[in-house]
Amino acid sequence: MKVSFKLNGKNVVIDVNPNEVLLDTLRLKLGVKSVKRGCERGECGVCTVLMNGKPVYSCMVLTPQADGAEIETVEYLQGKEEVKALIDSFVKHGAIQCGYCTPGFIVTAYALIKAKQNGLTKEDVIKGLEGNLCRCTGYKKILEAVINALNQLET
Amino acid sequence: MLTKIPEFNFLKATSVDEALRLIATHSNYKLLAGGTDLLMDLRIGRYKPEVVIDISKVMELKYIKDLGDKIAIGSLTTLQEVLESPVVRGKAPVLVEAVSNMASWQIRNMATLGGNLCNASPAADTAPPLMVLNASLKLRSLSKGERVVNVNEFFLGPRQTVLEKGEMLTEVEIPYVKDAGQSYLKLGRRNAFTLSIVSVASLVKVEDGRFKEVRVALNSVAPTPVRARSVEQALIGKEVSYEAVVKASNEVIHDISPISDVRASAEYRRKVSIVLVRDSILKSLSGLGINVR
Ligand SMILES: Cc1cc2nc3c(=O)[nH]c(=O)nc-3n(C[C@H](O)[C@H](O)[C@H](O)COP(=O)(O)OP(=O)(O)OC[C@H]3O[C@@H](n4cnc5c(N)ncnc54)[C@H](O)[C@@H]3O)c2cc1C
Ligand code: FES
Ligand code: FES
Repeated sequence: MKVSFKLNGKNVVIDVNPNEVLLDTLRLKLGVKSVKRGCERGECGVCTVLMNGKPVYSCMVLTPQADGAEIETVEYLQGKEEVKALIDSFVKHGAIQCGYCTPGFIVTAYALIKAKQNGLTKEDVIKGLEGNLCRCTGYKKILEAVINALNQLET
Repeated sequence: MLTKIPEFNFLKATSVDEALRLIATHSNYKLLAGGTDLLMDLRIGRYKPEVVIDISKVMELKYIKDLGDKIAIGSLTTLQEVLESPVVRGKAPVLVEAVSNMASWQIRNMATLGGNLCNASPAADTAPPLMVLNASLKLRSLSKGERVVNVNEFFLGPRQTVLEKGEMLTEVEIPYVKDAGQSYLKLGRRNAFTLSIVSVASLVKVEDGRFKEVRVALNSVAPTPVRARSVEQALIGKEVSYEAVVKASNEVIHDISPISDVRASAEYRRKVSIVLVRDSILKSLSGLGINVR
């Protein structure tokens, strides 16, 4: 079936099977490799993308459900001021080890900044990032990186 | 592609009427709301529908309305929308408390209130709060029109409800209980992003130092979410005291029939149910400014 959506600012029309998930369409058909494959059951967050501005797991969205939606990934978001600040901060704080979880964290953290531009507390950040798992860093540095990027953006 | 979803025909409804027509004409169908339960059930082969009918774009079922003495929530309202609603926070805080500890932000952005109820998992987290709030569910089909079922009569067993073929849930209506203390306590294997081992919702009203209204419901301790009627009966009319709450909480074992599973043993569930019922009632009381210890 034909599905059309806006991917990273460009209109895409693509033929998919109804049982195809967005993760597969993005990675295998559209070459969007920042979106990672992990648990494929909505538990790890490495496949996080923005759908109409909200973070969702692309492994839990049937591609036909994305018909008419706007999908954004790090490939595109990296041009935004907030994401640049996040990336710089992740590097500076050593919030990356293997890096597999990083795009997912960046997407979710960006959505968090957008959703609550002012007055984001540390608790908000912890709560917001609950659905992104990291097997390497132990979260402390990721948290520091996000909070630091926030402070930088606010000043 | 590690866990491929079996093939099906995909149909999309954009209005309730269209959805009802589609489910009236197909026999082996599944409705798709947020898909956060259904996609996993398709992956593991629990259901093998010929047709999946996407209702996630039925905008007329996405709303939260403040009707004064009650609130009405469209079945396709997402959990995140429920969580962020000042109306629900103000008039049904126990539901917000429950939703805030469900899954993760990414899941709550897709998952719907109706999907959580219709999926009828014994661990459904919106069930206990809605049961103590005595919510009504509006069900609709082409053949029978609309009928209203109390949420306390909705669940029949694991993944079984009173919903008939061709019928869908359209609205959750929550009466506003004034001057009630409400609380939700969830015990999982970790603090966040986890299914419950046991959860307890409670709602209490106190008049002249006595329990006027007591409603308690639990999940994950029976084939369906359950009301703890024995606990409620043991408290109604009694003078409010710590001892009374502790004594009544023990009664919960008559209301539950837990099993052992990957999350916990039946014995553990029985023990923590007593503790959580006690703590939940105490927390609801302290919401009314009554602190007994
Ligand atoms: C990682 C993860 C964590 C989770 N954590 C929790 C948790 O902490 N607590 C919890 O309770 N649940 C949890 N869930 C389960 C799930 O997210 C919720 O039950 C969610 O609310 C389901 O809503 P949905 O819209 O995604 O349902 P769907 O998957 O779209 O539908 C669920 C079922 O209900 C039927 N249905 C949906 N809407 C209707 C309707 N309007 N009328 C009739 N039938 C309908 C569907 O046909 C399907 O059988 C979790 C799931 C995942 C993947
Ligand atoms: S791969 Fe989607 S949440 Fe893990
Ligand atoms: S850096 Fe390796 S999983 Fe997070």
